[in-house]
Amino acid sequence: MAKKLDKVDVLTVGAGWTGGIVAAEAAKEGLKVVSLERGKKRGTEDYQHVHDELKYAIRYELMQDISKETLTFRNEPDQRALPMRQQGSFLLGDNVGGAGTHWNGWVYRFLPYDFEIETQTKEKYGEDRLQEDDGYRFRDWGITYDELEPYFTQFEETAGVGGTVNHFEGERSKDYPNGPMVQTKMMKMFEDATNDMGYHPHFLPSANMSEAYENPDGEKLNPCQYCAFCERFACEYDAKATPEVTVLKTAQRHDNFELRTHCNVVEILTDDDDDSKVTGVKYVDTLTKEEFIQPADIVVLTSYVFNNYKLLAVSDIGEQYDPKTEKGSLGRNYCYQTFGGARGFFDEQFNVFMGAGALGMSMDDFNGDNFDHEDLDFLHGGSITITQLGSRPIVTNPVPKGTPSWGADFKEESVKQYTRSLSVAGQCASSPHKDNYLDLDSDYKDEFGVPLVRLTYNFTDMDRKRTKYLAERCGEILEKMGAKKVDVDDELGDYDIVPYQSTHNTGGTIMGDDRETSVVNNWLQHWDRDNLFVVGAGNFAHNSGYNPTGTVGALAYRCAEGVIKYSKDKKRLEK
Amino acid sequence: MSEEKQFSRRDFLKTTGVATGGIIGGSLLGGLIGFNLDGDSNNKSKDSGDNEGNGGQDEHGGHGGGGSFDVPDRGRIFFENDSDFATIEAAMERIFPETDVGPGAKELGAAYFLDGQLAGAYGFNSKEYMQGPFYEGLPTQGYQSNLNRGEYFRLGIKKLQDEAQDRFEESFSNIDEDKQDEILQDFQDDKVDFGVPKSTATSGYFFTMLRSATLEGAYCDPIYHGNRNMEGWKMKQFPGHQHSYLDVIDADEFKEIDPLPNFS
Ligand SMILES: Cc1cc2nc3c(=O)[nH]c(=O)nc-3n(C[C@H](O)[C@H](O)[C@H](O)COP(=O)(O)OP(=O)(O)OC[C@H]3O[C@@H](n4cnc5c(N)ncnc54)[C@H](O)[C@@H]3O)c2cc1C
Ligand code: SF4
Repeated sequence: MAKKLDKVDVLTVGAGWTGGIVAAEAAKEGLKVVSLERGKKRGTEDYQHVHDELKYAIRYELMQDISKETLTFRNEPDQRALPMRQQGSFLLGDNVGGAGTHWNGWVYRFLPYDFEIETQTKEKYGEDRLQEDDGYRFRDWGITYDELEPYFTQFEETAGVGGTVNHFEGERSKDYPNGPMVQTKMMKMFEDATNDMGYHPHFLPSANMSEAYENPDGEKLNPCQYCAFCERFACEYDAKATPEVTVLKTAQRHDNFELRTHCNVVEILTDDDDDSKVTGVKYVDTLTKEEFIQPADIVVLTSYVFNNYKLLAVSDIGEQYDPKTEKGSLGRNYCYQTFGGARGFFDEQFNVFMGAGALGMSMDDFNGDNFDHEDLDFLHGGSITITQLGSRPIVTNPVPKGTPSWGADFKEESVKQYTRSLSVAGQCASSPHKDNYLDLDSDYKDEFGVPLVRLTYNFTDMDRKRTKYLAERCGEILEKMGAKKVDVDDELGDYDIVPYQSTHNTGGTIMGDDRETSVVNNWLQHWDRDNLFVVGAGNFAHNSGYNPTGTVGALAYRCAEGVIKYSKDKKRLEK
Repeated sequence: MSEEKQFSRRDFLKTTGVATGGIIGGSLLGGLIGFNLDGDSNNKSKDSGDNEGNGGQDEHGGHGGGGSFDVPDRGRIFFENDSDFATIEAAMERIFPETDVGPGAKELGAAYFLDGQLAGAYGFNSKEYMQGPFYEGLPTQGYQSNLNRGEYFRLGIKKLQDEAQDRFEESFSNIDEDKQDEILQDFQDDKVDFGVPKSTATSGYFFTMLRSATLEGAYCDPIYHGNRNMEGWKMKQFPGHQHSYLDVIDADEFKEIDPLPNFS
């Protein structure tokens, strides 16, 4: 029998960025908050020997243990889904801080266009361009950029983001709270080349601190050391904004907050007599395997895209999406991202081994609808970026096309080109398609016997064309930068779950105006259950040509405000 | 432990017939090592070129002497069979050979690195989902084998040996480099039948793992027994674990920096 605990006001499932933001805001209001995190406690003191590529970047020390929980995958709905047995394509977060511990810290705001893509496309290019007949399902988000703008600002201030003006972004109420990072040689070359070409380069907005910073909650961050072990690693200097050095720390200053680790939530609980609410959650203590019931007035799912979806599905809350009938909202519009770029080979050597997670230059001239799509057969685009993240030797073995992948020639070239080649990459939007979705797998289970999430996903034709287009632009930039030889990426084949691409999974619990097709409303409140909120990149109706967390952070602040409002008058929130 | 000493120990065991009897107890081994240590206490031997799997300079040549027990840098914990070890070491050396720019996999200790990896979480796929049912997947679905990596490598090594015997009537480690390459190329191209269902193992996937392990062994932190003496890093001009590049990050010129390991 599960042991029943005392009721709390607000409960978050997970303690990453989204859980941390909601917990900190609710705790400041004096609400009794508990964050249930399946993983262990961790913090800066655990990152003293973190500069180890094998342990952290290749064996995934900080990430989810796939033996306990994973998902199953197939490209098309009529194939047999099989478990993702090893991390690869994306790296799921775990433990206190979630993926926010080992993220890079690129913090973009999605474009105004992203939130109203359906309407704007219809107006500008006509309804046909949405290609509904080909299965595309572009939807407005039920929220505008202007509505979300204050929350973007709030997240940037919390995370101490530094950058320079991006010509194409929506209007800002405030400048970046921190200055831009250092400009290195390769960044200068990119800036000069793209300026010459008539584009609009800007510093990649970074949550690695360009200078010492104190955020509005009083949390202090140190200047980045450009140590080059950032992406996939934690920061031993408290120089990268992570949940554990910002929002979770803020929440922990309040006695009414409790961070409870080793608690894996397995079900959202409901009451047979009241189908407008949830009552709490059931969780398993992962150390003792005891079961507990944690009642709560408000439950907030902050357990990332897949587990937010999974908890709703296994608890039978909302209607599962069916790709044949297109009924049901839960699981629809799963999207991802593609990368199309080019590699240039130079005579000179670059200090590629120095860098920081979010050190780079970026441009949006080919993102969103910032360029004319009249004669193109795809919508949206992507951001184009050069970065100096710190190239590490095991995984960085660039060789010109045509070089064998092993043997003497491979070795000579990979050693030589390690410091002599630069990449420019397009991070491309992803189009929602009716055949790309999440549901539950009936054959495979997690360590608690709960079904795994089943991912059905392939790249769409639009994705392939968009990626090729961006890759060609990247090649042109490298030529302008003076590369002696440029290799443009091959065309995309089928989506492959093996090589790392990005942890930018979106959809499955999308937001919207229409309860038939979306899971949550504009406050991230579940359409069927007034006291249940779901927040994360799962809310995105499609994915943009940017990293997600700027927008995820904004939605989390929006959600926190909704939670606080709801806690006062316990009524469904109106727009 | 230096190479010479390992050799003399092994030779000693061979000639006395102790090795074949399988009665090497800890105390005997310790005693023998102690005996050898007294002979030559800070020998740094050069690659002997022997096929037994001893390559390169040993950075941990020095020791206390006086019969104290030093953990051999070239000891093994996974591979119990010298021929298996010689095979994998030779295959890794073909993937990442010694060339003008620097040492190859053998001298860098890549096979010793792999030995340690296979004996631990990596070899047992401890952090990976290994629950059935198992089916052959699409290439886009990744690893679907019911074998763990330790078992997979044993099978792959056996196949390398079988191919060498079938084609050239010689052990893999003794055939010419171009013959080794020919076999490895067929592995990569998935042309070698492993004699088990494809869902269990394929030569192509084995090659992928072997290639990754070789690069890991060449460039990992030396604490994992690969990248001996940080020679892999020096060759690539990678400075390892520096605490900060704050002072030099905006420099236009290329910086040559001596590497540092994570623990020093
Ligand atoms: C290597 C890497 C680099 C990245 N770089 C960037 C970047 O530069 N810019 C950017 O915008 N984004 C980046 N991202 C993505 C970014 O990290 C995520 O978007 C963000 O961290 C998501 O926050 P979250 O709170 O939604 O989820 P998470 O960080 O995943 O947190 C969810 C938490 O919930 C816990 N949890 C899950 N299920 C349960 C359960 N059943 N019970 C209890 N707890 C549970 C997890 O353990 C985890 O701690 C990167 C990701 C990775 C992996
Ligand atoms: S690059 Fe900067 S922010 Fe990233 S881990 Fe190193 S010091 Fe921290």
